[in-house]
Amino acid sequence: MKWFIDISYVAVAVVFVLGLKAMSSPATARKGIVWAGWAMIAATLVTLFWPGMQNFALMIVAMVIGGSVAWWSGKNVAMTDMPQMVAIYNGMGGGAAAAIAAVEFARGEMHGGMVALLAVLGALIGSVAFSGSCVAYAKLQGIMKKAYRFPMQNQLNVGLAAVVGILGLAIVTATDPDGWAIVLFFVLSLALGVIVTSPIGGADMPVVISLLNAFTGLAVGFEGYVLGNPALVVAGIVVGASGTLLTQLMAKAMNRPITNVLFTPMTGEAQEGEAIEGSMREMGALDAAATMRYANKVIIVPGYGMAVAGAQHKVWEMSQLLEEAGVEVVFAIHPVAGRMPGHMNVLLAEAGVPYDKIFDLEEINAEFSLSDVALVIGANDVVNPTARTDKSSPIYGMPILNADQAQNVIVIKRGKGTGYSGIENALFYKENCSMLYGSAQQAVGEIISHVKSMEG
Amino acid sequence: MEGIVYLYVFVLAAFTGYEVISRVPVILHTPLMSGSNFIHGVVLIGAMVVMGHADPDSPLQLTLGFFAVLLGAANAAGGYVVTERMLAMFKAGKKKGAE
Repeated sequence: MKWFIDISYVAVAVVFVLGLKAMSSPATARKGIVWAGWAMIAATLVTLFWPGMQNFALMIVAMVIGGSVAWWSGKNVAMTDMPQMVAIYNGMGGGAAAAIAAVEFARGEMHGGMVALLAVLGALIGSVAFSGSCVAYAKLQGIMKKAYRFPMQNQLNVGLAAVVGILGLAIVTATDPDGWAIVLFFVLSLALGVIVTSPIGGADMPVVISLLNAFTGLAVGFEGYVLGNPALVVAGIVVGASGTLLTQLMAKAMNRPITNVLFTPMTGEAQEGEAIEGSMREMGALDAAATMRYANKVIIVPGYGMAVAGAQHKVWEMSQLLEEAGVEVVFAIHPVAGRMPGHMNVLLAEAGVPYDKIFDLEEINAEFSLSDVALVIGANDVVNPTARTDKSSPIYGMPILNADQAQNVIVIKRGKGTGYSGIENALFYKENCSMLYGSAQQAVGEIISHVKSMEG
Repeated sequence: MEGIVYLYVFVLAAFTGYEVISRVPVILHTPLMSGSNFIHGVVLIGAMVVMGHADPDSPLQLTLGFFAVLLGAANAAGGYVVTERMLAMFKAGKKKGAE
């Protein structure tokens, strides 16, 4: 029986890698997750036949509870809340890896230095991923609103990490480690996850979640070695590596090096920048409708504000109306629009926007100067031209969408406030820019009715 | 010898992970992160093996094993549902959203 399980695990690992590969292209992505899903079911089933296993009743109860609660919550969560769900499920995986190590310690069967070392490492990383993900979830869900900074935060992080590391090494080298030392090790590891993530603001959370995802992968891989289970090793390390790459891509898109995210969180205090000249001009929905209805090309720049207002369906309805009137309408997505790279695409896809109408920053930026209207809905920092020009600005150097180069810029915005970073937006003061105040839902609704009345 | 074989597995798996997603378009970053989150849900089978070999007379081992299986199952099930929901919405062409 054991050889059949081993062969099955090899097949499962192969399907996981192929599934991940398929998930990196829009045309095959759906198939990829379905393949991986079947592989997971197969892996779970053959594992039930592992020789010499007992405690099946409790095991099945745990699987049913954990699986069904997660399944139900995943089915019912709103699309805008997806990032925190990814965070919490990831935390659970880290917690599972840490718990595996805990059971192995409790059984007192750590043979060999290498096994004990990787068990301790996996337990540490898994615990940090677990508690860190819980903090990330609490922040994105709005349960934990403030960023808590401890005095001497960075020294505290490093100091606690050192203590945990030394304690871990002591456990590895001891022939019969003390039970309380192990308990203390887990408690401090969990505390480390909380303390490191607490001061990080909501804007940086996507990078942190991605990093913790890579952490969990590593922890799973290490525990796989401890258990002598190559399927866990391959799947865990593949995720650890791809997760690290993904984290780098995200951090680069946000112009926030990963070390800055972890050690110098954004303060959110007002920054002194170059004075911005000019004044904002207001515009009504009727004028906005007319400007777009008689344009040749409109580029829509959606931001998180649109998603919060739940206006993506209305926006798609408006762009279909404009297209019927002969206007070319496309969507331009900044890498960090929404809350995570790619999150906005998911939200637009939910509204029914085909993905061939959605363009990345690199693809679309040259086209703004050729378009008649750039319609900015609930986005702010990602279209702020100060990022190109003002070296004193905290967002200087961040790649932005060149909405300011369009003939006309229409900005739908709830009020006159600043964006997530708290920086004034020079775009709003430019001569070709008009402001349409109101919630995205209501403003776009008005534009739709005006466009309809212009038909014929 | 065992150890060195595993070292090969670690290194090759790391290269695989890096290569597999190195050309991913930005629109798939979040779904892909979610998908890789699902894949490390395979920790469930490790949890099952550990739970299966826990001493039935030790409440500590059983409790820890129980949580390992519970959390692993939640990671796998939740990760699958969320990823599948995101990816179900990516469709080519001009078809209107059905959901």
